[in-house]
Amino acid sequence: MSYETVIGLETHAQLATESKMFCGCPTKFGAKPNTNICPVCTGQPGVLPVTNKKAIELAIKTAIALNCKIEPQSVFARKNYFYPDLPKGYQVSQYELPLATNGHLEIEVGGNIRKIGIIRVHLEEDAGKSIHQGAGRILGSASSLIDYNRTGTPLIEIVSEPDIRSPKEAAVFMQALANLLQYIGVCDAKMEEGSLRCDANLSVRERGSSEFGVRTELKNMNSFKAVEKALLFEEKRHTEVLADGGKISQETRFFDDTTNTTHGMRGKEEAHDYRYFPEPDLVPVAPDKKWVEAIRSALGELPEERKNRFIANHRLSSNDAFLLISQRATADFFEECVILLNKPKIIANWILGDLQAYLNARNLTIKQANFSPVQLVELIQLIDKGTISGKIAKTVLIKVLETGNSVKDVIAESGMTQMSDEGTLVKIVQSVLAANPKQVEQYKAGKTTIIAFLVGQVMKETKGRANPGLANKILKQELDT
Amino acid sequence: MNKKTAHELNNLLVNKKISSVELTKAVLDRIDKTEGKVQAYVTVTREDALKQAKAADSRISELPDTRIPLLTGIPIAIKDNMCTKGVLTTCSSKILANYIPPYNATVVEKIKAAGAVIVGKANMDEFAMGSSTENSGLHPTYNPWDLERVPGGSSGGSAAAVAANECILATGSDTGGSIRQPASFCGVVGFKPTYGRVSRYGLIAFASSLDQIGPLTKDVTDTAILMNVLVGYDPKDSTSVNQPVPDYQKALIDNVKNLKIGYIKELLGQGIDQEVKASIEQAMKKLEELGAKLIEVSMPSFEHAVATYYLIAPAEASSNLARYDGVKFGHRSKEAKDLLTMYYNTRREGFGAEVKRRIMLGTYALSAGYYDAYYLKALKVRTLIKQDFDRAFMKYDVLLSPTAPSIAFKFGEKTADPLAMYISDIATIPINLAGLPAISLPCGFSKKAPIGLQIIGRAFDEETVLRAAFTYEQNTDWHKQIPEL
Repeated sequence: MSYETVIGLETHAQLATESKMFCGCPTKFGAKPNTNICPVCTGQPGVLPVTNKKAIELAIKTAIALNCKIEPQSVFARKNYFYPDLPKGYQVSQYELPLATNGHLEIEVGGNIRKIGIIRVHLEEDAGKSIHQGAGRILGSASSLIDYNRTGTPLIEIVSEPDIRSPKEAAVFMQALANLLQYIGVCDAKMEEGSLRCDANLSVRERGSSEFGVRTELKNMNSFKAVEKALLFEEKRHTEVLADGGKISQETRFFDDTTNTTHGMRGKEEAHDYRYFPEPDLVPVAPDKKWVEAIRSALGELPEERKNRFIANHRLSSNDAFLLISQRATADFFEECVILLNKPKIIANWILGDLQAYLNARNLTIKQANFSPVQLVELIQLIDKGTISGKIAKTVLIKVLETGNSVKDVIAESGMTQMSDEGTLVKIVQSVLAANPKQVEQYKAGKTTIIAFLVGQVMKETKGRANPGLANKILKQELDT
Repeated sequence: MNKKTAHELNNLLVNKKISSVELTKAVLDRIDKTEGKVQAYVTVTREDALKQAKAADSRISELPDTRIPLLTGIPIAIKDNMCTKGVLTTCSSKILANYIPPYNATVVEKIKAAGAVIVGKANMDEFAMGSSTENSGLHPTYNPWDLERVPGGSSGGSAAAVAANECILATGSDTGGSIRQPASFCGVVGFKPTYGRVSRYGLIAFASSLDQIGPLTKDVTDTAILMNVLVGYDPKDSTSVNQPVPDYQKALIDNVKNLKIGYIKELLGQGIDQEVKASIEQAMKKLEELGAKLIEVSMPSFEHAVATYYLIAPAEASSNLARYDGVKFGHRSKEAKDLLTMYYNTRREGFGAEVKRRIMLGTYALSAGYYDAYYLKALKVRTLIKQDFDRAFMKYDVLLSPTAPSIAFKFGEKTADPLAMYISDIATIPINLAGLPAISLPCGFSKKAPIGLQIIGRAFDEETVLRAAFTYEQNTDWHKQIPEL
């Protein structure tokens, strides 16, 4: 029997605001425990929340970038549950009426563009952080300490439709979402630091069925890789259970990144009833239409629009365009280069090829690298002029990136300029011919393709500096006379 | 001099006939003398009060007469559910018996800025849940008119302190009648402003969509003076309303000619004590003599008001009171072995029976499978009640009723039957559900216990309510009666 996997993701992203969701405390990461707190975010008796306008703005920004409908009125609701790091005994969130609904995000998997639906985007506040002594969880720990610095940090929850069909797609979706959030500047989107978090729902059904299978919810994935690994494990588990005629029970499961397995957290008997109801301390969020439009225009060109423009104006392949726009800085770098030199395809190849490979290997962003569009354009122009060969240029690029020196200096220092002096080359060609009599014979017997080998030998002799066109020409001259 | 009103005392203070220190000492002496019988206070802030009085005296001597705020140097009691920085704020609950807030409620800031002298924190029903102050987790308060009777609640300490002259005026909070009903039982004036008029920041929440702070005073003039201090938009309270605030003293006009007053039929029928009814009818007659037009009005949705209230208020309370968990402040059980037993024992030991009852009621009303039938239905009925008022206010300027169906009841009379206690708020609860302003003022006596007249106004039309109340008061002398203690 053939099975199909169905995945939906619930993502939490910390909004890059200066202050918390409902009070003026700073949101800075890494402060001493319980220093960024006040009566409001520690839930002192009598305090009231006041909504951070910047957080609403960033949430609207996200919703626009995800092609969502901004609801004319959304309502905060209380999600009630007891836990020591939740000081009020409820989390202020949105429930029945979220900030925005009905959007999508495009992702590219295996050369295909897939449109993943977004059910809703809503605002909520984060809880504090529990630090358990002597155990990973409160159960079995000797004592627990609580840091309320994170309490009240603004979050957006982004809920996808169950449109994702493989663990790979889920990982790509998360990466694309992270890129988008960084791109529009609402979140630094670091899963390892917890500024981007994700819960995944997975179910498996017979291929062709329109009904959903029983799903499990996966938690505790702290990287894009972990999302994929957890889902791979769960996909296999579901498939095996169903193939054996067994049943999956609906539950929340915890991912263990040391074993790459998932295990059940709590059973049905402990299922929470959060008793959601409208937060009476806050008025509904009714963003002014003009404000929403102002946010929309300030947002400028969105990644998807930019991608389409790259394809239309610069005749890039959709794959190249997609890769360029997945980091804002990369796309900006590309555009600056194109302004200086109208050779978009060649520029894209350099950026996505050698430059990106160098950055990936060192886990750097294009901004962190000491390299400017002017330098890349200079390099390409030197190839065009014949000053250096394409092959040498690759070496020069790495040297420039490593040393931070200018392109000209690197070339001058290593004497890597292309050899285009005919007199010098003739001498080298003559010595190559003298050293390879067999190949000369073959050539004269009519096997003219052997000239490629001889060009190679010239290049070897000149350490790649010979102008290959010129070397070819001289070789022919010498052989044919 | 502690028998006088704030506006009378202001005159004496500004003209240097008395000092605030003398006045504050007189109030503190009175507390020493009668507090054993009344027990209106949880905390008396003796030294702090005298310091504030000294500061008030130097303010009076430094400022030109016209620039001295009216409440400068006047001793005031604060209900113990309003946070006072550095001063014990218990909500009359064992769970907060050791709680010292790190901040001041907005109203406390305003009262301090106005120069009033805070003499103490007034007793109340625990978390403002109750109608007799018998639910105080600390001690009961006794009605100064008859020590065998309750002072009403939940602002029973505030009302009793004003009636016993243990302060000049007081703040209260009103969720379903908690200012007006004790004002009625203790023979003082109590005013609940429109929801959103006064900041709730620093008021320890009972039911957030219903709670509102207001004055308890000896007469309507003092109510207007304290209102002027309390009201106004507060950026710290998103539900406070950003609207221009009138000068309420200017509303004190002795004239109700052609004022259209609707008296509520449902609140003068079954279940209303005959002597209470007779007093209200007397008051209606008086107002008619003064030129008002009195017409009967029917509010059919009122019969569902108490049921509606006892779903909405406990639902909000069940969530508002979740923070008392022993983790951050207040009581933590010594019997705690782990997280769950800390929660269970802390809340079992810290909360009283009525608070537990309402937390359970509210939790149930919000639970999956019951939400639609209870909480959501209650919200719909709340809308119907509002519509009843909207219809009535198309025809009438103010509405009138007794504040409570009876005079102050005796201790223990209703504690065994929570429903009987709940129904005693029948006349006040609908006003909170609709968010309207309403006043209670003395209008008679039965068995030597005071009776209260309630006047209800349109949203944000506190002025008409004050004018009607002021006119009635100017033409009667119920408010001049003082209990013998």
